[in-house]
Amino acid sequence: MAVKVIIPTPLRQYTEKRDTIEVKGGTVGEALSGLTTQYSGLRKHLYTDEGKLRSFVNVYLNDEDIRYLQKDQTKLNDNDVISIVPSIAGGSSPLCICN
Amino acid sequence: MELRIRQKHVDAIRQHGARDYPNECCGIMLGREVDGAKVVRELAPIPNLRQEQARAEEVLPLAEPGRESERNRFLMDPKEVARVEAEARAHGLDIVGYYHSHPDHPARPSEYDREHAWPWVSYVIIRIEEGKPRDYASWVLSDDRSQFESEPIIEGD
Repeated sequence: MAVKVIIPTPLRQYTEKRDTIEVKGGTVGEALSGLTTQYSGLRKHLYTDEGKLRSFVNVYLNDEDIRYLQKDQTKLNDNDVISIVPSIAGGSSPLCICN
Repeated sequence: MELRIRQKHVDAIRQHGARDYPNECCGIMLGREVDGAKVVRELAPIPNLRQEQARAEEVLPLAEPGRESERNRFLMDPKEVARVEAEARAHGLDIVGYYHSHPDHPARPSEYDREHAWPWVSYVIIRIEEGKPRDYASWVLSDDRSQFESEPIIEGD
């Protein structure tokens, strides 16, 4: 299946400034694997060293979060659109455990 | 790269941080890259999703629920971020960074900030000390994700 992946602004420096990349794959996992093989600079910002999607990285297939579908096994159709949307998170140090 | 931001935006961030104290506030900075600088044109304050525990746990579970809360963690709903981004794009703007506050804590990124950051965008952190806004700073994640680098801020009108 030929699908499009929308690249968020902070990661476009790794895709030659392109905001949309066409990839092929049968599942979301295959499409993202193809993407990070073609543009290897993306990999460390999307995946941990253990190869898991970073906890704050959300992947949408046509506006549906894949965690509510079949995750990276979610099957693709031609002209599907995959979006990578971060959960913006942060904060200061852990609160102390005080008695 | 440097961050260019108007005084009225700095004031708005300070007021947002003071208003939400002792909780962390957060928001998006919208603008454009111009001549090698990120120029902020608008701010979009975003609710701290950590105040909605059930939804927040779905989006990004806490590692240490006994030690983490909206007092030391912020979270933006990705649907809200996507909505703001789409609206901004329709007006020719992009997300150039995010801001959040550190209540009673330095305006320096934590390990948690580092683990959840992406490169290029500016992370503005403002220290709110006992309810009063104090210093603020802008940070950019290094390409290898190992640390944040301090980013010069140019304040203008």
